[in-house]
Amino acid sequence: MYGYIVKRLLMLLPTLLGAAILVFLLLRLVPGDICLIKFGGEGAYADPEQIKQCQERLGLTQPIYIQFVEYIGGYLTFDLGTSMWTGRAVGHEIAIRFELSLQIAIMATLTSIIIAIPLGVISAAKQNTAVDYFVRGFSIAGIAMPSFWLGILIILGLLIGTQEFLGRPWMPPIHYKPIWEDPIHNISQLIWPALATGYRYSAVATRMTRSAMLEVLGEDYVRTARAKGLVESVIINKHALKNAMLPVVTIIGMEFAFLMGGLVVTEQVFNLNGIGKLFVESVTQSDFTLTQALVMLVVTIFIVMNFIVDVLYAWLDPRIRYS
Amino acid sequence: MKKLWRSAATTAFALGVAAIFGPAPAKADTPQYGDELRLVVGSNIPSFDAHIESTFGMIHPIRPFYSVLIRVNPDNPSSPTDFVCDVCEGTVPKATDGGTKFTFKIRKDIKFHDGTPLTAHDVKATFDKIVFPPEGIASNRVAYFRAVESITTPDDYTVVFKLKTPTGTFLPSVAMPFNFIYAKKDLDTHGYTWHQKNVNGTGAFKFAEYVPGSHVRGEKYEGFHHKGMPYLDGFTAIAAPKMSVRLQAIRGGQADIEFRGFPPKARDDLVKALGNDITVQESDWNCVLIVTPNHEVKPMDDPRVRRALSLAIDRKGGSQYLSKIAIVKTVGGIVFPGHPLAATEAELSQLAGYGNDIEANRAEAKRLLKEAGHENLKVTLHNRGVDQPYKVVGTWLIDQWKKIGVQADQWVQPSTPFYATLRSKKDFTISLDFNCQSIINPIADISKYLPGAGANYAYFQDEQLVKWYDELLAEGDEGKQREIIRKYEKRVLDDLASQFITLWWYKINPYRSYVKGWKIAPSHYLNQALDNIWIDQTEKKRQLGG
Repeated sequence: MYGYIVKRLLMLLPTLLGAAILVFLLLRLVPGDICLIKFGGEGAYADPEQIKQCQERLGLTQPIYIQFVEYIGGYLTFDLGTSMWTGRAVGHEIAIRFELSLQIAIMATLTSIIIAIPLGVISAAKQNTAVDYFVRGFSIAGIAMPSFWLGILIILGLLIGTQEFLGRPWMPPIHYKPIWEDPIHNISQLIWPALATGYRYSAVATRMTRSAMLEVLGEDYVRTARAKGLVESVIINKHALKNAMLPVVTIIGMEFAFLMGGLVVTEQVFNLNGIGKLFVESVTQSDFTLTQALVMLVVTIFIVMNFIVDVLYAWLDPRIRYS
Repeated sequence: MKKLWRSAATTAFALGVAAIFGPAPAKADTPQYGDELRLVVGSNIPSFDAHIESTFGMIHPIRPFYSVLIRVNPDNPSSPTDFVCDVCEGTVPKATDGGTKFTFKIRKDIKFHDGTPLTAHDVKATFDKIVFPPEGIASNRVAYFRAVESITTPDDYTVVFKLKTPTGTFLPSVAMPFNFIYAKKDLDTHGYTWHQKNVNGTGAFKFAEYVPGSHVRGEKYEGFHHKGMPYLDGFTAIAAPKMSVRLQAIRGGQADIEFRGFPPKARDDLVKALGNDITVQESDWNCVLIVTPNHEVKPMDDPRVRRALSLAIDRKGGSQYLSKIAIVKTVGGIVFPGHPLAATEAELSQLAGYGNDIEANRAEAKRLLKEAGHENLKVTLHNRGVDQPYKVVGTWLIDQWKKIGVQADQWVQPSTPFYATLRSKKDFTISLDFNCQSIINPIADISKYLPGAGANYAYFQDEQLVKWYDELLAEGDEGKQREIIRKYEKRVLDDLASQFITLWWYKINPYRSYVKGWKIAPSHYLNQALDNIWIDQTEKKRQLGG
């Protein structure tokens, strides 16, 4: 098992390096000049001398290979550089948003797991019954409905519902406070986006759990277990569920990684100051250093989640590590 | 007599333009101390240094930390000419030495938030940074102060600005809300970029917290130099780029006010949902949408074509209908409507496209197109990918041009490529552009229409316009300034039709009615010190509970 983990860890390095090179080159191909946006982005007169000074200050006039060496050198020494737009350390810019994005990702993933696994199992166990049809309808609705749209409905529902029943409209808070500072404010802000995104992902995971369970329940060893006279709950929980979890774990792992950087629209709907919003801002402002760091962060999260999923695979199915 | 008429018109404008409806503010409200204001801001803060920034995303959260030398009168912000002292003493000084010298006496009771007393040296150091920035140091408003020859401090509490020539642009330029007064000590000790990330001002509020992308928090400054103010204990400026969030935040009790403004539909929705719990203030806005033909691209090099496109626009009709769905309303020329230097309705009606008989205008437009050999003209209007008001007005323009047989479509781009295209000289035929300023400073503002000016994307040359503009800059008499502007305006909008005006913007601010003391200004950059705002706490409790 340890050998397997070390081998997987070593494979992370070339993947990260490849991603770093790709991100650096792609960003240089995209049109846009941060200095022009900064001084003339709103149509103001942009003094060419001022633009030139800005480009020199930000190192944009240096040859591309020098920029690349500095970029890779910075990453190797864990120095992500300074945001070209705000002038603050990129690490700081990311850190203040990371906590919120991580909390949403955890809450949405928990929501997804809590909904998906029981529903998927029940749906498979009660195949082609009314319960199964209901669960399938529920999950199809979740897949069909974008989480940002559900978010808008939640906000409107809260505004109208509270005005109707409490006499004054209420909506969730629009600026973040850490959970240890003000837990009520924190939860009342984040529970709604977590539900909106969690429902969407639970729908995918429910369908995956159901189909994996159906496949496993048709296996010979399950028939053998039934022939031995084991009760159905033991067959499902002890023998079938663990084996059916392989594809579900993959889905949940990838969803978690996606949630860390991909909640661009949902963050806007709920005014969340997360990684997704920062991503959009950095791209629209042509802030290379910040965009590079954010892409690398998301790549790293995906790679780490892949690694965790691989390790979980090996734990769930010992045949994987032996092969 | 003319002057009297203008003065009366200005007063009427000042009284009338800020139409306030909703709950009548007639009762003599006594300001209450305490509580905090929650304002939503539709943009992020690039840096804290107002000398290098131009966005309301910086002004709204950061202006309350700073003072300026003079400012628009916070009790009469709709007047385009009413300036009062902030850190200076008494009234705003008049020019001496033939209009080339302004002497400001500085108050002796002002301290920065770190305890350093404010003197004339701080004011000089601030304006030296703005007017004569050292090599490599950015300053966004150097152009406004080209007439300044020197800034001196004869003593610790006197600042003298010496001008090269008299100019009417100086005082409005000084009153711009971006001219935050910095401490000389901070500039000398920490350098000219320190204020981009740090705050030390003399404003009504002390900087307490900034979470990038989220919010800025300020706390009451007990040593504020305007006695008895501020009323609030503090404020939180919450960044909310989406308009729907800002709107719902006010509706849902998570914010009290938004200072930039909402479209008419948003106002109506809020009023419908909350009734008298919402106050609405409205005003003309010192922003105008301009149609800019690219004179370097055929057929926009032909003045007959440009004139025809301007004649096709029914500005009065547009005002009536567009004002129901967009943040535009007022018909005007190149100067902010209502300003003493602006064209009167009678003067406007003499210009191409402003006459009352739209059918006659359009017949003339068709004749001009035929004469120019462009009866079946096809144009693509280049536009900015922002709904309010760009896309709404762009769509309306296409309809207007269709009425004279022009086949038009729209090419919409996000802001960055939009301006990149405008600067490229050859990639567009005709485009929407805007002129949006803070202080109403007509002489500076109309430089937008000057050929060769940095922000003029029409790409043409005209010696006559340049000559008149130079005359205007050197003219101290308001009556003569007005005469020159009329000639300049006619040449831009009529003779050359080098660029033409669509409609002036209209600012609509709906907010929770427990917010008191704030008065709307004709710019979203003005009157943002928050020192005169207070919260009616009983009313707030009634509305929000708790």
